[in-house]
Amino acid sequence: MYIYLLKRLGMTMIVILIVMIFLGLLVQIIPGDPVRTLLGPRATPELVATVRSEMDMDKPVYVQVALFIWNALHGNLGNDFWTGRPIRQAIGDVLGHTIILALSSLGLAVILGVPLGVYSATHPNSWLDHILAVTSISFITIPSYVAALLLMLLFSVHFRILPAIGLGKAGDVADYLRHLILPSVSLAITWVGYLARLVRTSLLEVLNTNYIRAAKSFGLRDRIVFYKYALKNALIPTVTVLGVGLGSMMAGAMFVEVIFDRPGMGTLIYNAINDRNYPTVRAGVLVIAVLFILANLIADFINSWLDPRIQLVKSQG
Amino acid sequence: MEYVARSTSRTTRFLERIPVLGAVLQRPLGALGFSIVLIFVLTTIFAPLIAPYSDTKQDFSAIFQPPSRAHLLGTDNLGRDLFSRIVYGTRIEMSAALPAVTIGLTFGLLLGLLAGYLGGGVDNVIVVLLDSIQAFPSLVLALAILAVLGPSLTNVILVIGLALIPGYARVTRSQVKSVKNNDYIQVEYNLGASTGRIIRMHILPNIIAPLVILISMDLPVVITFEAGLSFLGLGVRPPAPSWGVILSDGFKFIFNSPWPVMSAAFALILVTLGFTLFGETLRDVLDPRLSGTEGG
Repeated sequence: MYIYLLKRLGMTMIVILIVMIFLGLLVQIIPGDPVRTLLGPRATPELVATVRSEMDMDKPVYVQVALFIWNALHGNLGNDFWTGRPIRQAIGDVLGHTIILALSSLGLAVILGVPLGVYSATHPNSWLDHILAVTSISFITIPSYVAALLLMLLFSVHFRILPAIGLGKAGDVADYLRHLILPSVSLAITWVGYLARLVRTSLLEVLNTNYIRAAKSFGLRDRIVFYKYALKNALIPTVTVLGVGLGSMMAGAMFVEVIFDRPGMGTLIYNAINDRNYPTVRAGVLVIAVLFILANLIADFINSWLDPRIQLVKSQG
Repeated sequence: MEYVARSTSRTTRFLERIPVLGAVLQRPLGALGFSIVLIFVLTTIFAPLIAPYSDTKQDFSAIFQPPSRAHLLGTDNLGRDLFSRIVYGTRIEMSAALPAVTIGLTFGLLLGLLAGYLGGGVDNVIVVLLDSIQAFPSLVLALAILAVLGPSLTNVILVIGLALIPGYARVTRSQVKSVKNNDYIQVEYNLGASTGRIIRMHILPNIIAPLVILISMDLPVVITFEAGLSFLGLGVRPPAPSWGVILSDGFKFIFNSPWPVMSAAFALILVTLGFTLFGETLRDVLDPRLSGTEGG
């Protein structure tokens, strides 16, 4: 067990390191001179030189990459190119909003998707099951930005019952939640469909296994068989997917945040790209990537705890 | 495989020659998906014949028109015909999707063959590389690269192609590994067959089915990805009628008219739904083992 966990942890470290090297090298692939691109044609040679040394760009490439990694490991993500403010602060200000958005979407997806999947699996080939199958596929295919725009059109523009932009009045929790509804529903839709299908498939698979038949033939009540044995095992694949889901929601939040004009990691990176604020882009991307990797890692650990067979298969393979 | 000829009409006889397609069309959702994909492909080819107007012709006397006989989907903030823009947009979506998938497929196939066939250290290095590419959510990877390369269709294609590589590489690698360990391959190798022959005769035929499935599932992903990046202003630039550009223009005037957003949104949903239904049915038909959702 520990060997598997250590191996998995080691792989995660290597991947994070490669991600950092890639991001460290990213500024190097800017066509032309990045500092000149940033400052524009009218910048004086002195200004260019100052900025170049502030961004460590006067040093050899491998030193730049090493410095970036060293600083990032010490929690120093550099300074915002335009304001000079530490990027760590800027990220600290908005990260919470993105996490809240991702978690509430994930919660919504679980609350809606899992029961729908359970219903379909327990009533296979009923007319509602067929309707749910088509609905789930349709939900899966709706990109979050399309969902966001259509929901905004319907509830903010047409019916005018939900706010279109912002976070709501500062300190007003109810208003914050009201502003959270449309963004989190937009982000959740794909995952409602996805979870419904996944739960249906894995539950049907489990319900057809011999140990469930055996449990039933021993005279255990259906309810106990279902909740204690079938559902628990059927939800294992769901847990892994939720890890991936949380990570990809943090990334997908970008569209939703930009559309609903919500402060968050998405708007931070988006604005930084438009301002050619490379240090902020790089730091924002690093934070999202690390959170994504960690979410997957945690999901894997929970999974191997729920189903001890996984470590055996994985450490052999 | 479940395909049973029910009539001897000319189309049916034609379909018998392509049993896979026939089997897909026997299933209602597969037939629906295939029809949508077919309409999309035909629209791409015959766009100038289908679109009643040019995609960039402005008419300031007819801005924000609702759907009418003259303008099937209405007009946008510059009085451009939305139906024509959507129709021409299919060409942009296709010209992003096909090259991106080709890049992903080519490099994925090469890396997967190398990793699976050679094994050992090469395999480990390639797997770590693939893991690292997948460590980024593809959208974030795309943003990081587009931020420095600048927005353009070519860059979007490159970025999406890169993000697709791991999927193809993994499928190829695992198939190669499972085929390679068969005794008959070892026998053939001992009889002096070249690596090229083994790959051509035994490995490629085995990976075609999963790759075809992956391609049909990836095409809609690329389309929504391209449209999303163009929506953010990081892909195709206006006035080119990428569906993402139409959405983004419509979003700016969402309080003036719902039609630009609605037409591009429904085009995107319809095409992704079509490809997904087609791809899933294809998967059920080609490789029932991969499927877990039949009967639903």
